Amino acid sequence: MNYKVLKGPEGYLPPAASMHGVCLPEKDEAIIEGECVLRDVCIKHIAKILLEAKNPTFFPGPLVIWRTTDYALERGRLIREIAKETEANIIPMPDYRPKYPMINPAVEINPNHPNLTIWHNKIDVGIFIGVHCHQANLALKIIRGGTDCYTVALCAEEGHEEANASLRDADNNTLKTLLNVIREMKRGDV
Amino acid sequence: MPANELREVSTEYMLFKAKREEQFITGSEAVKEAARRANIDIAIAYPITPQSESMHLVGDLYAEGYVREYFRGENEFAVMSEIAGAAMAGVRTFTATCGPGTLRAFENFPMWSGARLPIVMSFMTRVINAPLSIQPDTIEMSFLLDTGMMMMHAEAAQDLYDMLLMSFDIAEQTSVHIPMGVFVDGFFVTHTRQKVNIVTEDVKLKPYNPGMSPVAHIDMETPPFRLMRDPFVMKSNYISYAAHASWQQEVMASAQRAKRYIKKYLGGFIEHENPDAPIQIVASGTAVSQSREAIKMLKAEGVDAGLIKIKVIRPFPGNEVKAALSGAEKIIIPEFNRVGWLCREVASVIPNNNRIVPGPRVYGGMTMPPEVIVQVVKEGALVGV
Repeated sequence: MNYKVLKGPEGYLPPAASMHGVCLPEKDEAIIEGECVLRDVCIKHIAKILLEAKNPTFFPGPLVIWRTTDYALERGRLIREIAKETEANIIPMPDYRPKYPMINPAVEINPNHPNLTIWHNKIDVGIFIGVHCHQANLALKIIRGGTDCYTVALCAEEGHEEANASLRDADNNTLKTLLNVIREMKRGDV
Repeated sequence: MPANELREVSTEYMLFKAKREEQFITGSEAVKEAARRANIDIAIAYPITPQSESMHLVGDLYAEGYVREYFRGENEFAVMSEIAGAAMAGVRTFTATCGPGTLRAFENFPMWSGARLPIVMSFMTRVINAPLSIQPDTIEMSFLLDTGMMMMHAEAAQDLYDMLLMSFDIAEQTSVHIPMGVFVDGFFVTHTRQKVNIVTEDVKLKPYNPGMSPVAHIDMETPPFRLMRDPFVMKSNYISYAAHASWQQEVMASAQRAKRYIKKYLGGFIEHENPDAPIQIVASGTAVSQSREAIKMLKAEGVDAGLIKIKVIRPFPGNEVKAALSGAEKIIIPEFNRVGWLCREVASVIPNNNRIVPGPRVYGGMTMPPEVIVQVVKEGALVGV
């Protein structure tokens, strides 16, 4: 595997990572810049990236913001706690319809033209959560192609090789772990 | 046991642990037996020889309660459109067609891939008109190579049965979620009785879970579902084009992601017999069976030849084929079509592809006697090329 999934801008229509040998992580693994690593290593990496970012931003998608189950509500609370702990913004992805040329990039992001929101808000770290995997990958690849934003995917399914860093099976317990690691880092315990 | 009392099991259990017994059945009956265990929500049929009997038998399963919905569509285009609608609604689907039916439905296949629909279907390959013929020919596979679908090619009824059962789980993985076509040579397999090990335990596959789909399925109660899910390319601007391009890349990437699941169930993308031989025959489908006989005949004459059976056409196992052919001095690729699509695929992934002796190629329903393969191996004869 030679292809590295690095922070962009990579250029005009970068390749899909899996076409160049990048594989999704197995259970208990995660992925950083195209390399599979242990899950805990990636959680620490994401925590560090978030704490060092100038303008980190969470992009919660429809699987979080339109769901009203106890699980989804807890997920929303955890996202807000992590965002508060890392001084991150939250800009939702409410749906997947293209909204050019009328999108308001200050208040929402869209998978078909996520670069507009990244550029407008000068976002240096973007965290996707609760976005359907297909639309997440569309957005992640477009961001990698045209912006210098570092992307993180907290995926409840199999993970995202198009992100610079991605967890798989990122359930609410995983978010709690990430929150705890962030707090430990801030205290200097890690 | 009534269908609704069958125990739900994993694909792994179904393929590797469930009790089986040997039956002497046709390829069409193997399709029925696979469908019986597959927990299919809806099957839609339209007759075309040599596929007709398969979906007719799946209709019998509907009468027996093993398939929840079943009807005959208006034509193949309608069937594939209706199957798409059902898959978008989040249910497990199954259908089959062949030859001219494949072409009539063709617009749907890349649409299925682009819409990320995990449809499983079987193609019982047949000649394309004109002139009209109902006989075996794998040329439709060459047309389907770039639709974004995954493609497996069964050598015999046992392959067909097992490939169908594993296809649902492969296609329905969140990271994959694109259609799978299981191809089998019409008549040669569909209408021939063979020994097939069939699952006899009272089990069925676990149901499809649309909640794990990588795209929103039809759900009028919960955002973000919209009737138009694909990005509009209605503006003349870079953004709309880039979104579409990225979408296409994601479909191709999905097929690559399927490799781990295909390997898990199929064991490997290729099977290699006598790998150290200087002459290697590369084939898929029933051309493999004919090549097995040719190898025996060659051995009797003191000619050392090996055989590579390619089981998966999309995603094409380029690295595996390249490695398997690294020591070959001469490569023979027998095919049941005039264009030599497997030859093209192999030639595109190996160095020094002048090692390939194309053919034999037979088509229009012709058989491929092993003697013809032997003739190409020994004399480099041009047969159908």
